[in-house]
Amino acid sequence: MHTRTFVAAAVGLGLVTLSACGSSDDGGSQAGSKTVTLVSHDSWAVSKSVLADFEKKSGYQVKVLKDGDAGQAVNKAILTKDNPQGDVFFGVDNTLLSRALDNGLFQSYEAKGADQVLPAYRADQDEHRVTPVDTGDICVNYDKAYFSEHKLTPPASFDDLLKPAYKNLLVTENAATSSPGLGFLLGTAAKYGDDGWADYWKKLKANGVKVVDGWEQAYNEEFSGSAGGKKAGADRPLVVSYASSPPAEVIYGDPKPATAPTGVSAGTCFRQVEYAGLLSNAANPEGGKALLDFLLTSEFQQDMPLNMFVYPVRKGAAVPAEFTQFGPQAKDPETLDPAKIADNRDDWVKSWTSLVLK
Amino acid sequence: MDLARTEVTGRAARAGSAARLGLMAVPVAFFAVFFAYPVAAIVARGLGADGGWRFGRLWDVLAQSDIRHVLWFTTWQALASTALTLLVALPAAYVFARLEFPGKQVLRAVVTVPFVLPTVVVGTAFLALVGRGGLLDDLWGVRLDTTVWAILLAHVFFNYAVVVRTVGGLWSQLDPRQEEAARTLGASRLTAWRTVTLPALGPAVAAAALMVFLFTFTSFGVVQILGGPTFSTLEVEIYRQTSEIFDLSTAAVLTIVQFLAVGAILAVHAATVRRRETALRLVDPSVTARRPRGAGQWTLLAGVLGTIAVLLVLPLAVLAQRSFDAPDFAYYRALTGDDSNVFLVPPIDAIGNSLGYAGAATAIAVLVGGLAAAALTRRDAGRLVRGFDALLMLPLGVSAVTVGFGFLIALDEPPLDLRGTWILVPLAQALVGVPFVVRTMLPVLRAVDQRLREAAAVLGASPWRVWREVDLPMVWRALLVAAGFAFAVSLGEFGATVFIARPDNPTLPVAVARLLGRAGELNYGQAMALSTILMVVCVVALLVLERLRTDRTGEL
Repeated sequence: MHTRTFVAAAVGLGLVTLSACGSSDDGGSQAGSKTVTLVSHDSWAVSKSVLADFEKKSGYQVKVLKDGDAGQAVNKAILTKDNPQGDVFFGVDNTLLSRALDNGLFQSYEAKGADQVLPAYRADQDEHRVTPVDTGDICVNYDKAYFSEHKLTPPASFDDLLKPAYKNLLVTENAATSSPGLGFLLGTAAKYGDDGWADYWKKLKANGVKVVDGWEQAYNEEFSGSAGGKKAGADRPLVVSYASSPPAEVIYGDPKPATAPTGVSAGTCFRQVEYAGLLSNAANPEGGKALLDFLLTSEFQQDMPLNMFVYPVRKGAAVPAEFTQFGPQAKDPETLDPAKIADNRDDWVKSWTSLVLK
Repeated sequence: MDLARTEVTGRAARAGSAARLGLMAVPVAFFAVFFAYPVAAIVARGLGADGGWRFGRLWDVLAQSDIRHVLWFTTWQALASTALTLLVALPAAYVFARLEFPGKQVLRAVVTVPFVLPTVVVGTAFLALVGRGGLLDDLWGVRLDTTVWAILLAHVFFNYAVVVRTVGGLWSQLDPRQEEAARTLGASRLTAWRTVTLPALGPAVAAAALMVFLFTFTSFGVVQILGGPTFSTLEVEIYRQTSEIFDLSTAAVLTIVQFLAVGAILAVHAATVRRRETALRLVDPSVTARRPRGAGQWTLLAGVLGTIAVLLVLPLAVLAQRSFDAPDFAYYRALTGDDSNVFLVPPIDAIGNSLGYAGAATAIAVLVGGLAAAALTRRDAGRLVRGFDALLMLPLGVSAVTVGFGFLIALDEPPLDLRGTWILVPLAQALVGVPFVVRTMLPVLRAVDQRLREAAAVLGASPWRVWREVDLPMVWRALLVAAGFAFAVSLGEFGATVFIARPDNPTLPVAVARLLGRAGELNYGQAMALSTILMVVCVVALLVLERLRTDRTGEL
C-alpha cells in the first residue's frame, strides 16, 4: 500500500476501463515513426481529401491535437516544450510570436517553398524557426442594413470612430483575453504611436465603445449584422472582427444571400499572420518537416480560405470568389514590427486595461 | 487477569495505530502525487528563476492596484453571496426540518441539483433568464447580465442546498421539547427561538456559512460567464494570468494567496465542526417534523416553495425549454451528427465519456476517501490526523486551472507519464470527489461503537476482518451515498477537466462549453440539449441518493 502499489492499482484500473473511454494514445510520436502530430488551436481545419492526399504521398499518418483557443494553445505548448505533445505547432500569430520564440518553442527548419512566401509575411529570416502559413486582417465590420436605414455613411477609418454620429455603436473585445481585441489595440498603437494611442482610447471610451470578453460574444450576441446577433436582438452595428467575416456570412447564409449583409471599414485594419514551426524536442522531426512543407503547398494554401477563413501567404495561390468579392484584403493595413510588439505588448495591454475597463 | 487484558488492548491499540498509518498511506500518497506535486510544480515554474526563488514578486504583485481590486471584489462578493444565501435558505432549512408536506423527498433532491451542476451550465441558465432576450428582458425589459446581481443570484442558486442540508439536517434532530418548555415557562415564540434554538443551531449555521463563503470565494465559471470583463475573482484572475496573459509568476502569487485564504477558512471551519459534533443531544428527525399548523407556518411554507420555484426551478426550466425550442427535437437529433469542426466525434459521445470518466473517478474517490475516513474515524485521533482532515478539503479551494496546468507539466515523465492518457481526467475529478466521500462517511463511521471493533479484535480478527465484519455492514449505505455524491460531482467537474480532456473525448460540461463558444443557432440549441441531459442524469442520481439516505449520513 505505498505509492507505487497505488499508482499500479490506478493504472490497472485504467486499463480495465480503457475500452469504455476510447483511445488513449500518448500525444507524442516516436522517432522514425510513421505518425506525425500537429498541435494547434480549436480553429484548425482542413479538407479531409487534402489531408488524405498528404498522408498518401508522404507515408505519414497525421494526428491533430486541438488544444484550446489560440492563446491557450501557445501557452500550453510553451509549458510543455521540454516534452512536447506533438511535432509541429501551428497557430502562433505575429502578436504572440515573440513569446513563442523567446521561450525556445521552435527549432530551425526552412520549409520547402519558403521562397514562395510573399515577402511581406516572412519573419525570423535569420534562424527560420517559423514558417508563415496564413494571414488575415482584423477590421471593424459594419451592419449594412443599419447604416442604410439610418441614412448614415459607415465609418471608414480609426478617426471616424470618434465622431458623434457613431456614438454607442461599436463593440470590441477585451485586449487582454481576445486576439482580435489585441489586434485592434495594436492597430491603434501602430496608427497613433506610443504617445497617441492612449488618448485615442480615452476618446473612444467617451464615444461609448463597449468591451466584452471574447469574439463569440461580441460578434454573435452584440453585433446586429451577424446571423447570431439578429436572433439575439443585438443592437451594436459596428464590431471588431475579421475582413473575412462578410464572406463567412454569405457562405454560411441559409438561404445564401446575393450580397454580404456586412461590410468592412477599410481604414481600421490590423494585419495578422499565423505561423507554424517544428517543436523543439519533437519526437518525429522528419515527419514534422514533411508536414511543414505540406502547409506551404499550393494545395493546402488554396484549401485554407474556406476552412479557416484566412488568406494564403503563397505567391499566386488562388482565393475563392466570395473572398475577393465580399472581403478583399485591406489595401493598406496597419502593421507593427514583431520586435516592437514584443517590447510593448504587455505594458500596452496593462495600460489599456486600466484605461478602458476600470 | 488484569495483566493479560492490558496486554491484549495494548496490542490492539498498537495494531490499530499501525493499521491507521497503513490506511493513511494511500490517501496521503494520492494527494502528494496528484495534488501537491502538480500544484507545487506550476507554482515553482512561476516563482523559480535561475535556481533561486523570486519571493519579491509577492509584494510586486500585491502592490498592483488592479490585483488589489480583484482581492477586494473576491472578498466582498463572497461575503454578500453568503449573507444572501443564508437569508434566502435559512427559512427553507426550517421548513425542510420541521414541516411535513407531500413531495418533500423529491424537493430535497431538486434543491440539490444546482449544487452538482457544472458552472458553465448554470451560467448559461442564468443568461437565459436575466440576459438579453432572457425571460426578464422579454417580460419587463430587465437585464442583469454583467451586473453583480447576476453573479450573486447564481451563487445563491448554487449554494442553497449547502445551507438547507447542513442547517436543516441538524435542525431536524434538535429536540423541539426544549423550545416548547421555554414557551411553557412564558417566553414568546421569538424569545424561545432566540434563546434555545438559535444557540444550538449556531455552529451549523457558521459551518454552512463558511462552506458557502469558500465556494463563492473560489467561484470560477459563474463569474467568468456572467461577470464580463469587469468582474474578476481570484480564481478567474489566476485563469487569465495563466492561460491568456501567460504571466506565470503573477498566477503563482495569486495561487499562494488563495491557498492561504482557503487554508484559513478551512481551519475556522474545522473548529466550528468540532464544536458542533460535541455539544448536542439529538433525536430522530422523523419525530420532529409535523404538518404545518396556523397561518404563519402555511405562509412560510408557501414562501419557501415560491422561492424554490422562482430561484431554483425556473432557471433549470428555461434551460430545458430552450433545448426543445425547435421542431421535432432538432437539437437533440443534431447531437448524433458528426461535426468534425467542433469535435472529432458526435456530441452525443460526450455522454458515454462523461459516465465512463465519472465512474472511474468515483471508484478512485471512494477508495481514497473511504480509506481516509477509516483512518480518521477514531475520536482520539491526534492533532496530526485532524490536520489531515482539513487537508483533504484543500482541493476544493485550489484553482482548477492550476491543477490542470500542473498535471500538464508534472505528470509527463515515466513512471508518471500520464499526460495524454484518459486517466488524468478521472484523477482530477476524484480530487474534488474525495472531500465529499470523507464528509459523508466520517460521521457514520464515528457512530460505530468502538467496543464492537475491540471485541472483534480481542477474538482474534485482523484489522481488515474487523472492518469487513463490523464496519462494512453498518456503513454500506453511507458508502453508496458517498459514491453517489462523488459521481455527481465528478460528472459536473469543469475547471480542471476542460484543460486535460482530449478533443476526441470531451465530457458533457466540456462539450457544452465548446458548443457555446461557437456561432450559430444549432450549436446553442445543442448546448442546451446536452445541459438538459446532464441535469436529468444528476436528478436521477440524487433521487436514488435520497432513497438511500440514512439519518446519520454526514452533510457537506
